[in-house]
Amino acid sequence: MEIDTLARAEIDGHRADGAVSAPLPPPITSGGAPILRVRGLAKRFGERRVWTGLDLDVRRGEALAIIGANGTGKSTLLRALLRLTEADDGHIDLLDHTVRDLDRRALRRLRARVGFVFQRHNLVGRLSALTNVVHGVQSRASGPRTWLQSLARHEVRAEALACLEAVGLADRAQQKAQSLSGGQSQRVAVARMLMQRPEVIIADEPDASLDPVAGAEVMRLLFRLGRERGATLIFVSHHMDHALRFSDRIIGLRDGRVALDVASTRITLAELGDFFGPDCAGVTEVSS
Amino acid sequence: MTTLPCLPSRFERPHPLAFAAALAAAAFVISSFVASGLGLEQLARGVPAMGRIVGLMLPPSLDGIDRILWSLFGTFQMAVAGVVLGLALSLPLAVLAADRLSPHPIVRASVRTLIAFFRTVPDLVWALIFVIAVGLGPPAGVLTIMIDTIGFAGRFFAEAMEETDEGSREALSAIGATRTGLIFSSVFPAAMPSFIATSLFCVEKATRSSVVLGLVGAGGIGVELKVAFDLFDYQIASTIILVIFALVVAVEQTGAHLRRRIL
Repeated sequence: MEIDTLARAEIDGHRADGAVSAPLPPPITSGGAPILRVRGLAKRFGERRVWTGLDLDVRRGEALAIIGANGTGKSTLLRALLRLTEADDGHIDLLDHTVRDLDRRALRRLRARVGFVFQRHNLVGRLSALTNVVHGVQSRASGPRTWLQSLARHEVRAEALACLEAVGLADRAQQKAQSLSGGQSQRVAVARMLMQRPEVIIADEPDASLDPVAGAEVMRLLFRLGRERGATLIFVSHHMDHALRFSDRIIGLRDGRVALDVASTRITLAELGDFFGPDCAGVTEVSS
Repeated sequence: MTTLPCLPSRFERPHPLAFAAALAAAAFVISSFVASGLGLEQLARGVPAMGRIVGLMLPPSLDGIDRILWSLFGTFQMAVAGVVLGLALSLPLAVLAADRLSPHPIVRASVRTLIAFFRTVPDLVWALIFVIAVGLGPPAGVLTIMIDTIGFAGRFFAEAMEETDEGSREALSAIGATRTGLIFSSVFPAAMPSFIATSLFCVEKATRSSVVLGLVGAGGIGVELKVAFDLFDYQIASTIILVIFALVVAVEQTGAHLRRRIL
């Protein structure tokens, strides 16, 4: 049984709170050369092999969900794309760069073009939401004027506020990050990522530490902003409905390889059951 | 009815080696008392003598109180100047000494060793060295306090930075931030409460030590205290001790109040 009903109708018709209410634009995949090409990637932690020759292609503008059981190396894969974790073997070509060959400065330049949203928001708690967003400008500038909103140029402050507006938190600009709720903090992290003006958005279970409503809100926000800004979205989620709703394609990792690679509108319940277990009640209800 | 398992014994039987080590430690403590020569006879002689000296100190004399207060103020200024210089140098040294922020393990180990050396050599020894180097007076005291502050604050600053949340550092690293940007945007703001608390402790510590530095000629009110004792002017000496006590208590109370407000 295909589950094409679930994703698109839900997304296009959905009206979320605040800034996340506009209809979602269609995908803008170019169909050209992949923006990300992974070949023969291998990684082991001690005796445990995480991947053994992992291959993957992602096209520009595509939204890709990565699913799999714990320990299959989903987060490690995302981190390896920016060399936050080093792979043992294999090639990663991202935005026309061979990631392994980059020196420190070139790696910084590549990272600047890729927005990374972590499972935890990873904000500086003692600083204001606005300052945390201003930090995103460090992708293309450096120096004291990028350290604090009070020192930043007017244009940077204005752009940071616009990014907060885009995630519906402009009214919390002056609030310390440590006083925000989990969902709000994750939205500030998304705003910081937007400040980078990224070409690729990588999100490592951004919904993991949030309640269902806040988690869906953050995922919807990432999907919509990625679409609007023409950015490629690659995310990991353990939420089956998020993987279905907010992606064009789903890949599943198992036994160190890509064991599933299918358009999210064509995935079957049996395939989902393989990765999420037999408890697919939510999907069954919607699809039926 | 199920039978309960036997209760474990309240105390574990010590390992023979641990028991031997405990015995050796106890023997060392006893031998330390014996070697120091402190006995009941000394106490019996010392306590009345102490009472006699206290009697000579009372009542405190207010002769030259304005000179004493100016000297006290100068001592505090010496402490503040030394602490500010020490803190300013501690911060970059602490970055070089901090795990994951230092550019190289050899740099880290070298700077840590230097900071430990500054800390372990007593301040009176530093004062003697600086008195020889720059002469008698407050400059030697300022330099002594600076070195003492680096030894203390350098270590605590480095530890505070190591304890900051790795997540925000990694997030900035993933953005493509430079090492400097990462330190100023994430590490320093996160460690700031600890920096402030440590700095306030440094002021308190420097205020106390600045008093005794004068005893070896490094300036401050310690000189006045030494002269008063040398001239058997115990009533002036007691006045100096009391104003020192008032200053140290005032600095400690202010520091505690500021720490409560900031942390």
